[in-house]
Amino acid sequence: MGILRFVAARAALGVLTLIAVSILLYLGTQLLPGDVASALLGQSATPEALAVLRAKLGLNEPAYLRYLHWLWGVVHGNLGNSLTTGTPIASALMPRLGNTLFLAGYAAIIAVPLAVGLGILSAIREGSLMDRLASILSLATISFPEFFVSYILIVVFASELGWLPSLATVYGGMDFWDRVDATTLPAITLTLVVVAHMLRMTRTSTLAVMSAPYVETAFLKGLSRSRVVLSHALPNALGPIINVVAINLAYLVVGVVVVEVVFVYPGVGQLMVDAVTKRDLPVVQACGLVFAIVFIGLNTIADICAALANPRLRSRKRQ
Amino acid sequence: MSAAAQDMLLQIRGLRIEASNGAVLTNGIDLDLRRGEVLGLIGESGAGKSTLGLAPLVYARAGCSITGGEILLAGQDLRKLDANGRRSLRGVRVAYVAQSAAAAFNPSMTLMAQVCEGPIRHGLMGRREAEAKAVELFRALDLPTPETFGQRYPHEASGGQLQRAMAAMAMSCQPDLLVLDEPTTALDVTTQIEVLAKLRELIREHNTAALYVTHDLSVVAQIADRIMVLRHGKMVETGTTNEILLSPREAYTTALVAERQAAMSGHGVAEAARGETVLTVDDVTVKYGPVVAVKGISFTVSRGETVAVVGESGSGKSTLAYAAIGQIEAAGGAFRFGPAALPPSFKNRSLEQRQRIQLIYQLPDIALNPRQKIGDILGRPVAFFEKTSAAATKARVAELLTLVGLPLDYIGRFPGQLSGGQKQRICIARALAARPELVICDEVTSALDPLVAEDILKLLKKLQDELGVSYLFITHDLGTVKRIAHRVVVMLKGQMVAEGPTADIFDTPPDDYTRKLLLSVPEMRTDWLDEALARRDIWRGGIAAVPA
Amino acid sequence: MTIAGRKVPVTAYIGGIIVLLAVIMILFAPWIAPYPQTKIVGGVWDLPNAKDWLGTDSIGRDMLSRLIYGGRTSVSIALIATCLTMIIGVGLGFVAASTNKLVDNVISRIVDVLLAMPILIFGLMVFAVLGTSIPIMIITIAVLESTRVFRLARAVAMNITVMDYVQVARLRGEGIGWVIFREILPNALPPLVAEFGLRFCFTFLFIASLSFLGLGIQPPAADWGSMVHDNAQAISFGGFAPLFPAGAIAVVTIGVNLVVDWLLSIHALPAGAGAEI
Repeated sequence: MGILRFVAARAALGVLTLIAVSILLYLGTQLLPGDVASALLGQSATPEALAVLRAKLGLNEPAYLRYLHWLWGVVHGNLGNSLTTGTPIASALMPRLGNTLFLAGYAAIIAVPLAVGLGILSAIREGSLMDRLASILSLATISFPEFFVSYILIVVFASELGWLPSLATVYGGMDFWDRVDATTLPAITLTLVVVAHMLRMTRTSTLAVMSAPYVETAFLKGLSRSRVVLSHALPNALGPIINVVAINLAYLVVGVVVVEVVFVYPGVGQLMVDAVTKRDLPVVQACGLVFAIVFIGLNTIADICAALANPRLRSRKRQ
Repeated sequence: MSAAAQDMLLQIRGLRIEASNGAVLTNGIDLDLRRGEVLGLIGESGAGKSTLGLAPLVYARAGCSITGGEILLAGQDLRKLDANGRRSLRGVRVAYVAQSAAAAFNPSMTLMAQVCEGPIRHGLMGRREAEAKAVELFRALDLPTPETFGQRYPHEASGGQLQRAMAAMAMSCQPDLLVLDEPTTALDVTTQIEVLAKLRELIREHNTAALYVTHDLSVVAQIADRIMVLRHGKMVETGTTNEILLSPREAYTTALVAERQAAMSGHGVAEAARGETVLTVDDVTVKYGPVVAVKGISFTVSRGETVAVVGESGSGKSTLAYAAIGQIEAAGGAFRFGPAALPPSFKNRSLEQRQRIQLIYQLPDIALNPRQKIGDILGRPVAFFEKTSAAATKARVAELLTLVGLPLDYIGRFPGQLSGGQKQRICIARALAARPELVICDEVTSALDPLVAEDILKLLKKLQDELGVSYLFITHDLGTVKRIAHRVVVMLKGQMVAEGPTADIFDTPPDDYTRKLLLSVPEMRTDWLDEALARRDIWRGGIAAVPA
Repeated sequence: MTIAGRKVPVTAYIGGIIVLLAVIMILFAPWIAPYPQTKIVGGVWDLPNAKDWLGTDSIGRDMLSRLIYGGRTSVSIALIATCLTMIIGVGLGFVAASTNKLVDNVISRIVDVLLAMPILIFGLMVFAVLGTSIPIMIITIAVLESTRVFRLARAVAMNITVMDYVQVARLRGEGIGWVIFREILPNALPPLVAEFGLRFCFTFLFIASLSFLGLGIQPPAADWGSMVHDNAQAISFGGFAPLFPAGAIAVVTIGVNLVVDWLLSIHALPAGAGAEI
């Protein structure tokens, strides 16, 4: 299979999965006892009022038509209105999406090089003091819930040392560096949580490659350790490592939910949790869809990158 | 320094290599190798021959370490080298050719980059010079389109080509010593002869000394000047190739040589007349999707008879066996068991049919459930097919163990506590538990060491004499065929190219492929390779008749 | 001490002791705790003192007692959810691996869609629709997490079904029950036991996160996640109250992880490997 065909096929699969998830997200809301109209008008609503609202909201149409209407709206940037505030969801969601991506991006910029670097290093120096230390520390941080890490950081850096703010307050038009300052603690929390997973998985992938016969061959050719690692082990570990990074970036997006709540950070995660508490289904739906797009998008891109790193797909068959 | 000492390349004294769990892999081994000399290291699995082969590279595999003795290369003790010293030794003065080139090449680098990496990284040559040298080696090794061969990635070359490319990589720095670790074992016989001939030519041309690690006496006879026999990490005996092959001193060596001789000299088993037909293979075709793996095969197996199906990898011989047992469904034609046609899938076959045809697999390790005791493994088919009481089952299990020559207390053991040969005996006993009329044996001896394999073949023969069972024997090893088969079926790329009594087929091969196959099987004498190459040239209608 | 011919490392002991303590806490909470879980014994967020070893919580209840009772709730709910997860995941995984391709494809495609989303996001969706109660939470988590177990169980079973001994049983005509329970399951146990431990850690942390978000276990029953949630404000007043339940969650997770690491290391090396190394 040529590389272009693979990319096209994988991208198509990503879109297909996204559609399947969106159907699931949409059908999920149909499980609600009663419907949106009765939820909007409450218990005391008259049947006439309900009927009028149902017609207005298009609730009398069959489910698949309503889904297609919804999807059509989503594609055109219309996510519907919030049940609680009545305002368009898109206008509330978009700035928050920006905030969430800023925080996740901030954490990723620290976490990815750190974790991949340390992971490769512990694999190469397997069994060394550094490897064992990294292994114990990563086990600890994997076991810590996000909020535990958050509170420890707040106690140390905000309450005791007073270096950084304990609440990540951001607002529109905020200066970039002020924003960085405000989001440093949540970003470090996310980094700690995600680095451990990424480090462990990178180490495992690299170790698997380091025990391959061709790495032994390279050593027996008299190549230096760094040469063996850089030109024989890493190119082959690249595919697995890209996947590791993608899985963990996706995990980071989820970790954002809890961290946003702890630091009262105005992102999509906090919005979603709020909406769940208030049972504001259209908002929950919209947030879920946004997370799905990010999550599935990342995985698709990772698969494509991993494939690009594989010479079997890259080169044409010449035999 | 005397001329003799000058001439001495490698001296190993009292070498001891241990695993971290305390197991001793080689113990007190002494070895001498002169410049330009080839020493064959022979032994069964676990003999420590590969471990010893890696010692001149001062390399021990993960979990092992060299704990005693000296390794002198041209008088210099290699064990005293530091990391840098070891690096400039490996690949430059001592080079290594691994058993499976397919795994030993980096899949994401071109072959040229890997072949040239050594000389360039060690600062011996520039890129252009190294590439020119590589092309020269590719040409010498008879690789296709030597100028562009190096642009290929490993997955774009065949097994035999990769093995030769591996040799080119090893020779790229002109080493004094070449370590070859079973370089032809993974190859088919007809490919093996090419690679073997090229390796020998290469070694002779460059006057390189070599350690040739193998389990196959016939192969080593073609290439080694001297042979060292190893067992359980110790040397059994050493001598010139002819001394070892013609007049072995130790009992172990004698047994090894005798086993090979038996394999060489057999002409199959004659039978007066064929009995009643047990299995009829009638124009059978098997497909994997659009790929035709077996195409229109027809032959029969009679009562008490062994029919061997031989062929190289990809010939479809195993596929045929799986189709016969019903694990794979035949796409066309039919199998008949006695007079009745067998449904293609085992699911549609009667209990009687499933019982009377049994299959023994190649790898006893994965054919026995590691979490079941031997008593359960053998007891289940007895109870399943014969609906026997617990006591009767137990008695039958004891009978089966006796039949395959294992002690009764094995009933309580798990497969992990048995050796490879014992496990295969259990597999045979399990097949016999069903009281079969036909046993299909799929390469049942190829995972075993020669002496163990010989015992298994003797056992199978004994059981045939006692029980009158028929065997459909799938194998790639012509030596096995010669020893036990009444009749033979030769397969090539899914088709049958020859069929008949073993002696007839082997004495007067009816077709070109069978002749080539027979010519390619190494014989245990030092001049076989030259003769075979010459004969092959004549038969191929080569340029001129080379006198043998 | 040695188990399976290998020395038991110190970390495994530590993990074992933590797990043991957690079990004792679940079984004997009413007898160990100094006070009933709902009794108000002091001021708001009293610092640790001789009477209340870990201080008091947001409405003056004894922190230590709440921790002990909370552990009982948190650990047992996570345990039930994990067991359910494993039953669903392993069951479907084995069925997919050992029956026909159609069944395998149908289950696998459904799982693929569920796997395409983070559990938390799907979970939040379900809670938004159905509300939060303990049974709903347990079932939701079990269904969502079983997709992860399914993947592993299917892969493990697939690796075993290609073994010739399974084929031997099939060719003999053994039914699916024999094949799954006698041939596959005994050989799949080691990785599945380790997976159980890892799944427990994940579920335990996940439920704690939900409770922390105010969506999991509802008051008045104490559980560690909601205790963090209820006492979070103490941080702003310079208190440590939320650190105790949060730390307890971390310790139990570490304990289980250490045991799992050890279990994995035992089975990492096949017996008798490396005849010629």
